[in-house]
Amino acid sequence: MRHIISILIENEAGALSRVSGLFSARAFNIESLTVAPTEDASLSRMTIVSSGSDDVIEQITKQLNKLIDVVKVVDLSEAAHIERELMLVKVRAAGKDREEMKRIADIFRGRIIDVTDSTYVIELTGNGSKLDAFLEAIDRALILETVRTGVSGIGRGDRILKV
Amino acid sequence: MQLTGAEIVIRCLQEEKVEYVFGYPGGSVLYIYDELFKQDKFKHVLVRHEQAAVHAADAYSRSSNKIGVCLVTSGPGVTNAVTGIATAHMDSVPLVIISGQVPTAYIGQDAFQECDTVGITRPCVKHNFLVKDVRDLALTLKKAFYIAKTGRPGPVLVDIPKDITNQKCDFEYPKTLSMRSYNPVVKGHGGQIKKAVQMLLEAKRPMIYAGGGVILSDASDRLTKLAQTLGYPVTNTLMGLGGYPATDKQSLGMLGMHGTFEANMAMQNCDVLIAVGARFDDRVIGNPAHFGSVARKIIHIDIDPSSISKRVKVDVPIVGNLPDVLDELQKLLESSDGVPDPKALAAWWKQIDEWRGKKSLKYKQGKEIIMPQYVVEKLYEVTGGDAFVTSDVGQHQMWAAQYYKFDKPRRWINSGGLGTMGVGLPYAMGVRFANPKATVACITGEASIQMNIQELSTAKQFRLPIKIINLNNRYLGMVRQWQQMFHGNRYAESYVDALPDFVMLAESYGHVGMKIERPADVEPALREAFTKHKNDLVFMDFLTDQTANVYPMVAAGKGLSEMILAEEL
Repeated sequence: MRHIISILIENEAGALSRVSGLFSARAFNIESLTVAPTEDASLSRMTIVSSGSDDVIEQITKQLNKLIDVVKVVDLSEAAHIERELMLVKVRAAGKDREEMKRIADIFRGRIIDVTDSTYVIELTGNGSKLDAFLEAIDRALILETVRTGVSGIGRGDRILKV
Repeated sequence: MQLTGAEIVIRCLQEEKVEYVFGYPGGSVLYIYDELFKQDKFKHVLVRHEQAAVHAADAYSRSSNKIGVCLVTSGPGVTNAVTGIATAHMDSVPLVIISGQVPTAYIGQDAFQECDTVGITRPCVKHNFLVKDVRDLALTLKKAFYIAKTGRPGPVLVDIPKDITNQKCDFEYPKTLSMRSYNPVVKGHGGQIKKAVQMLLEAKRPMIYAGGGVILSDASDRLTKLAQTLGYPVTNTLMGLGGYPATDKQSLGMLGMHGTFEANMAMQNCDVLIAVGARFDDRVIGNPAHFGSVARKIIHIDIDPSSISKRVKVDVPIVGNLPDVLDELQKLLESSDGVPDPKALAAWWKQIDEWRGKKSLKYKQGKEIIMPQYVVEKLYEVTGGDAFVTSDVGQHQMWAAQYYKFDKPRRWINSGGLGTMGVGLPYAMGVRFANPKATVACITGEASIQMNIQELSTAKQFRLPIKIINLNNRYLGMVRQWQQMFHGNRYAESYVDALPDFVMLAESYGHVGMKIERPADVEPALREAFTKHKNDLVFMDFLTDQTANVYPMVAAGKGLSEMILAEEL
């Protein structure tokens, strides 16, 4: 099953490699990993999307907790949560495609953030399946480049991950 | 007071009451060595290869429960040390390794003797640090010692660039330490312990399975008391030998791939199992599916939550420091009204005694060829069972574990997890530094001993009267055994040709050498070594049976009760 694991980790050099190294050394799967400092600059927040049986996920959280720099680990997917991912797509937008591309971007609540006479860059936020659906909806041949941030997640309501 | 980084390193080691630093100098650690030269609070042991420095520090720790400390230079100094670090990591031994690094400004420039030490060692340490500011140095070293020893112990490496060791700052050694990201659990969960007591008292076929955690946490007295209060059988893992007295009637000996018939059968057929500081690894329970095919309740006590339910699902997990948890368990047990079912227990012991009747460790010693098992048995007799015994890795290691009956913890020193050949001699050195009056024997083979043979020189320099028991069968014995059993007798590269004359080799280093070829000479030679040559290093080269195999054996992937016994062949 797919799980979203959130980690608070000391913002030290090499913190990322400790986490990614753990996943590769123990043959755990990583679908995506995002990391950035929090409002407290001494802490980083990481979101990892992984999949595996309950036993594997239990090992993943235990092994993460064992890392000396890790302050807290939460499996967001255990309860209500929100996940978002940001995607930037550069598409060919010339002639008849130009209007159509704008229309589909609007439907998906995407924003066009860069324009040339033949291309758009479209910014799109949502969960992974929404981003996938957008890519399905437009003509594949028109996609010049895509970049996705990977999933960030946060618990709903009173679920708070803080020191 | 302003001190240089190098002075700070020395002061920190002194503050931590370090007695010995095992190391090897080089360019990046010259400032540190210069300061080391100017002090006499701790001693430095110059090894002949960095790997041996780490092994010696490792055994120093294993045999004393103090933290082992090593000092190596950058680049090859570190890469040579890696095998030692990984060995200690797999067996959870607390070490602090200080490594030199190229100056800060050179890092990443492919400088001379540069390597990414933090990157290379990351998967085989409990934690590591790169010190980038001399003002962080004292706190970092404090953390290193704290992390190494607390929780599940392990090696911690501190990488110090050369320029840092020459910069000055104010020095004060932190008295206390708190880390928001690292707070190991000590006390076990009360409710879980209560459940465990209940389960133990209801058992019909109970079994205590004790691992290296018992040794590491100094919990053997408590374990022994608990086992004897209950009257339950105990088996020790390879890493746990000595955690429960092997000569006691409740001891079933070692379990696992080369465990006794009775230990493996009892482990497989028990209805309540309490695992104490052990981790159900592949060499212990064999095939986990086969192990799981028998219904039993499992209680698992360990300081490391990730060791619990990793390979085997357990019913009552208890995370905590073993001595604390065992104290609590004992207290609850003694205040409980219940007692173990005497009838069921008697029937269980009857069954176990039947299994014991198989005498799965028996072997035949003829008149002509020395059996390796016989040498270990005689060593046990001659040393009164009271020696510190180190081993290398292979058949001799298993025979040592099977035939030397350890009654005390920290007497059996071997590489159980990583299985590192070449540890035996440096381990014996480390043991002797930690226990300056102890009798130390190193049981090894002609292949393993050559992997760190250069340490005969260190042993000479420090006059370490180690007794090397070389079980010389001219084969990589364990490899040959597997090739015989599983690879159609094709002995690919397992014959050891062109061996040195070990007697002359030992003598050339200034030690005593002996060659023993006949069974009748085994005991007299051992007696001579441990009496007449009490104060010498004696290299005893025993020419042993080339075809001897280690039995019983659970083949890889097989179930615990599917043992191959010597008599069946």
